[in-house]
Amino acid sequence: MSTARRSGLALALLALVVTVAPLAAPHDPARQFSRFPYAPPMRPHLFDDEWHAHAPFAYALRVIDPLERRYEEDRSRRLAIRDDQPVFLLGSDGFGRDVLSRTLAGARLSLGVAFAATGIALSLAALLGALAGYAGGRLDAAITRFAEFVLVLPAIYVALALRGSLPLVLSSGQVFATLAVVFGAIGWPATARGVRGIIHVERRQEYAEAAYAIGASPWRVIVRHLLPSTFGFLAVQAIVLVPAFVLAEATLSLVGFGFAPPVASWGTMIEEVGTGAAAADAPWLLAPVVGMMLTIVVLQVGSMSKSRLRDRK
Amino acid sequence: MPALSSSFIARRILAAAALVFVVSSAALALADLAPGDYVTATIGGDPAVAAAERQRLHLDRPFAERYRHWIGRALTMDLGESFQYRRPVLGLVRERAGNTAMLALAALILATLLGIPAGIVSGSGGGIAARVIRITSLVLLAMPPLVTSFVLLTIAARTRWLPIAGMGGITHLVVPALSLALPLAAMLERLQSEAISDALERTHILAAAARGIPRRRLVWHHAWRVSLGPLLGVYGVVIGSLFSGSFVVEVIASWPGLASLMRDALMTRDAPLVAGCSAAGAVFLAAGVLVADLAHAALDPRVGAPGA
Repeated sequence: MSTARRSGLALALLALVVTVAPLAAPHDPARQFSRFPYAPPMRPHLFDDEWHAHAPFAYALRVIDPLERRYEEDRSRRLAIRDDQPVFLLGSDGFGRDVLSRTLAGARLSLGVAFAATGIALSLAALLGALAGYAGGRLDAAITRFAEFVLVLPAIYVALALRGSLPLVLSSGQVFATLAVVFGAIGWPATARGVRGIIHVERRQEYAEAAYAIGASPWRVIVRHLLPSTFGFLAVQAIVLVPAFVLAEATLSLVGFGFAPPVASWGTMIEEVGTGAAAADAPWLLAPVVGMMLTIVVLQVGSMSKSRLRDRK
Repeated sequence: MPALSSSFIARRILAAAALVFVVSSAALALADLAPGDYVTATIGGDPAVAAAERQRLHLDRPFAERYRHWIGRALTMDLGESFQYRRPVLGLVRERAGNTAMLALAALILATLLGIPAGIVSGSGGGIAARVIRITSLVLLAMPPLVTSFVLLTIAARTRWLPIAGMGGITHLVVPALSLALPLAAMLERLQSEAISDALERTHILAAAARGIPRRRLVWHHAWRVSLGPLLGVYGVVIGSLFSGSFVVEVIASWPGLASLMRDALMTRDAPLVAGCSAAGAVFLAAGVLVADLAHAALDPRVGAPGA
């Protein structure tokens, strides 16, 4: 299987998981169990202490010291893993919200933005790259220069400046659209350069000349005949762009220019962790950071061909 | 080392200056033309007070006039005064930019010292060491600075080995610099590894091997020099990513660099400060690109030749 196909599959798989996963969340991500702030992760069980089998359950938490947030497992009370019970498989945050449910809900939002932005970036790249590669001459030089200029800029500062030039307070739907467009507008140049290269070569191939000779318009030659040859390359580029955009969302939300706190995205979640000391006291709050790592790993390993995995030599 | 043509150097410097100019102008325009201004973002309320404040800050004048004014002064290295801090932008930016530069430079040095030798080892032979390095790199490549800084901070806070926030002695630098350096080191290692294994297959290296030059010298002396070329080109790109990466590390580790200044400036629509921060960023970037270009040209005579 080609790298391009693997990349496409890995992306599709990730999109599927992210769409379906929040449905499996044990709690409403916004629900606050105010008696259980910073509860540690609880282990799910199938058997009780006498080895009787049950539906999946966890032992209830008893609050030992609400100020020091010390909890103890109450082995006499079994709680089903359901929405109305204070069961936290990945612990709870400072408001007593379930970290697992929030991480799953956040995945949908964070990866959703990343996928949308990738779509925009790839479309821009295909359009501009194809124009440059097909037209050549002045247009080519202009587009290539511009792409190089954008490529040199430190992306996150540009994203911040662009986002900062819009109203500070936006609804979360507006934030979604804004981030997707801003990231898309920054992410296209590297891909556009690649597309330009491919089109530049393909344009001289016989099939393209033939299409032109039987009277196809340049536009039709580009869209129908030349662009399909870049699809594999675009799929591979998506593997790089999606994780970069996930990180960009997290970074912008972290500094207050992304999603706003009550909403669960990976960025707002790490923003709510606060300091390094807080992360050390309640390391389970870093679940979204693990989520980001998993995203990168899934995409990279998924897209790698067998020979790459085995080693080059 | 071939001499660089002076016109090449001049053109590169001109391009760098253009970059700084375009970026800071664009930043000023963006911050200025954005909906709302410094007054609505900070004071708001009473229209009379707001109008007086706008007049004091010249926010009541048209943008074109303020831009002309700003450009005129910027050419003499006067970047105006920050609305919120009521201090000259240049001083503020210089302080913070110095901190960012310190962090970025420390990370660059660390990454080079870790990544390049590791890449030479893993690219030139098999064995346990090469395998360990390769796996470590692959893991680190999946850990961008945002992830490494959280991981390192958690470790530092749990073990209490290192301070976890702010700036102070050299120990305060360890966590943020390492967070930034590790992913970069992994990238350099991968590239160096490829470059060295490619270099080892070149015919003149094979010839040297045939003459009986020991493998160690072959790798660390002959092949290493050949592999330097492709790697230097990467450093130009690295500066940009280092800068982007340092943003998030500065925020997480509370390092008082350009990141927090830029964020404050944008949050309060402090246009002169936004432009100042962007100009500082652009200067870094342009300097990095310039150095990488010149180094590349110095190594590869075709790049810097007249007419190139």
